[in-house]
Amino acid sequence: MDLRETEAEQQFRAEARDWLEENVPHGLPSGDTQEGFALHLEWERALFDARYAVVSWPEQYGGRGASVWEWIAFEEEYYRAGGPQRVTQNGIFLLAPTLFEFGTQEQQDTLLPRMASAQDLWCQGWSEPGSGSDLASLKSRADKVDGGWKLNGQKTWTTRGAFCTHLFGLFRSDPESERHHGLTYFLVPLDTPGVTVRGFARLDGDEGFAEVFFDDAFVPDSAVLGGVGKGWSVAMATTGSERGLTLRSPGRYTATVDRLLELAADREPDDGEVQRLAQAWMDAEAYRLFTLQQVTNERAGRGRPGESSLNKLHWSELDIRLHELALDLLGPDAELEGPWSKGFQFSLSGPIYAGTNEVQRNIVSERLLGLPRK
Amino acid sequence: MYFGLPDDAVALKEGLREVLATACTPATIRSAWDGDPCDQLWKVLGEFGVPGLLVAEENGGLGLDELGFVAALEECGYAGVPGPVVETLTSLAVAPLPMDGSARVAVQALNGPTPHAAVSTHVLDLSGTLYELTKGAGEVTETVDRSRQLATFEGEALEIRLSDDDVALFERRGALGTAALLLGLARRQLDLTVGYVKTRQQFGAPIGSFQAIKHPLADAVVGTEFAWPAVLRAAQAIIDQDDDADLYVSMAKALASDAAYRMSRVCLQAHGAMGYTVEYDLHLFAKRTWSLSKDWGTASDHRELVAEHLGIRSDV
Ligand SMILES: Cc1cc2nc3c(=O)[nH]c(=O)nc-3n(C[C@H](O)[C@H](O)[C@H](O)COP(=O)(O)OP(=O)(O)OC[C@H]3O[C@@H](n4cnc5c(N)ncnc54)[C@H](O)[C@@H]3O)c2cc1C
Repeated sequence: MDLRETEAEQQFRAEARDWLEENVPHGLPSGDTQEGFALHLEWERALFDARYAVVSWPEQYGGRGASVWEWIAFEEEYYRAGGPQRVTQNGIFLLAPTLFEFGTQEQQDTLLPRMASAQDLWCQGWSEPGSGSDLASLKSRADKVDGGWKLNGQKTWTTRGAFCTHLFGLFRSDPESERHHGLTYFLVPLDTPGVTVRGFARLDGDEGFAEVFFDDAFVPDSAVLGGVGKGWSVAMATTGSERGLTLRSPGRYTATVDRLLELAADREPDDGEVQRLAQAWMDAEAYRLFTLQQVTNERAGRGRPGESSLNKLHWSELDIRLHELALDLLGPDAELEGPWSKGFQFSLSGPIYAGTNEVQRNIVSERLLGLPRK
Repeated sequence: MYFGLPDDAVALKEGLREVLATACTPATIRSAWDGDPCDQLWKVLGEFGVPGLLVAEENGGLGLDELGFVAALEECGYAGVPGPVVETLTSLAVAPLPMDGSARVAVQALNGPTPHAAVSTHVLDLSGTLYELTKGAGEVTETVDRSRQLATFEGEALEIRLSDDDVALFERRGALGTAALLLGLARRQLDLTVGYVKTRQQFGAPIGSFQAIKHPLADAVVGTEFAWPAVLRAAQAIIDQDDDADLYVSMAKALASDAAYRMSRVCLQAHGAMGYTVEYDLHLFAKRTWSLSKDWGTASDHRELVAEHLGIRSDV
């Protein structure tokens, strides 16, 4: 065990903390509205200019080549400083790791810098009206034509689709295929003729969702990521990032607990609430410790199957408990529009997106515990 | 022994259910979200005698007791009737106001912005002042359930005398009625969800065939089913002027708040992303549930009161 940060890590953390304290904007409107999204982009570009947008990426693409430990530290400092949601997250945290693993050199060289600088804004086009948990039943098609593919079908619940410029999505490229065979991962500019996007409101009333329709939309062969027919395995690499560390790092929850403790100091928590506050702190800290162990194990080649699902179950249920406690502390004021009631509504989606928690429980029990499939 | 609603309350409940199915649709609730006071719906409630339900027959009311009151409010919850329903019924029992649905009374708990004030004709302050609102809404504070917007108000003050006993009864009825409303809201969310999970197919089967969907729903139903008898017991305790009335009212509100909240969570989760949008109706009932579970005392407030009654704790 070595709990110390190296001198370089300490310095990295201190620099990030200073810069964030100076620069983090406070009180931005929700990034799930047209107006708010534009303001969030300004912030994303400021992060990029300071080379804090994608710290773990290589320098040539706008990063700092930071280690995973430094990345965790950066996230802690980011949320401690009250940094806003990352409206670029689906590109930088979900697509980028997949591009690093499966992209051609040319795809990496053209797409990554534009993603880091928030010029290209990526959304995730996987789910369809009839295919949510059962993603492998998806029906959107890609038909081979000269020099490329014609896309047809519909995606839905696409986060911030109405504000993004590009979509990464799964399409059935082999009409004879079934389930996870014959799928291909495509990278699609949303201004492609034949693509239409309709934004619609999520639970909190902001336009955070979109439906994306494809009507004979042509994309060139170079739009394929990771090979024709390989879509499922490429996509599964993304889900690892989505459920695990990159999308929801521990710093988010430790920072939420700090704010919860501040809230409690202004209210009069009863005995039950005091117990729950202590539990909240422990649960967020346990997530941090689990993460440190997980990273250590993975680097040592000791990763376990189903671990990213354990992670996802923990952070999503924790996030709801933190917000429920905040609303209980607020009592009758909990119903007022404000950061806690908004955060509560968002927390309720945690057990749904990135693979529902019911599905994660199946994965943990089957892959980690080895229970029979049915 | 007979433990249940009397026949007149059952008849009222069934009649109201039928009427509200057309008079209060999700479209009605959505219009309330846009600030519509829903006069037509309240007129229908008035024709049914709901606002004056607790008022004696000789004074023009239905002369029903608290069992009729919870029966009606459970249906109002199921339909999601917007506006100050519990507040109006309890206020009309102490203030002589029209019972035809034209009077809607918000209740001011603390000094300040009051839920429903923007769509009400009156505000009752429990210290004994009834305001007849002379102007439209003042400053509005947004709420997650937009049909419950808080607003400041201006009005002509009429003194009405409320004894300590009147206020105590008022508060019991407020908490009890809200408990009934919550269980109606829970039943509506359950119905929507049962319907959805029977038809939604994933992995070649209705999702309602998965135990991960069935078991949480069954657990949530255990919660609501065991809260309803507590509501009935509390209603009867008020009718009988039992010494235990406060204990049973607190029990009813604590159980109903938690059970309805739990139901809202389970139903939302069972819907997947389909329920996570304001385009689908579930949220209309879920958000009302979240507000009401903390209105007229939170579950934890009421558990404290129960503890006090049981002598577990005396210093609260
Ligand atoms: C906030 C939010 C953001 C999202 N962003 C995106 C995005 O950017 N891009 C995108 O493609 N999608 C996105 N989604 C969609 C998300 O991927 C789906 O909601 C998710 O995959 C679940 O699918 P579904 O909603 O169709 O629910 P369903 O699959 O219909 O599931 C409904 C219920 O049934 C349960 N269930 C289903 N199958 C099983 C089973 N085998 N065993 C036990 N229980 C089961 C589920 O757990 C759930 O409780 C988002 C969703 C949300 C809520």
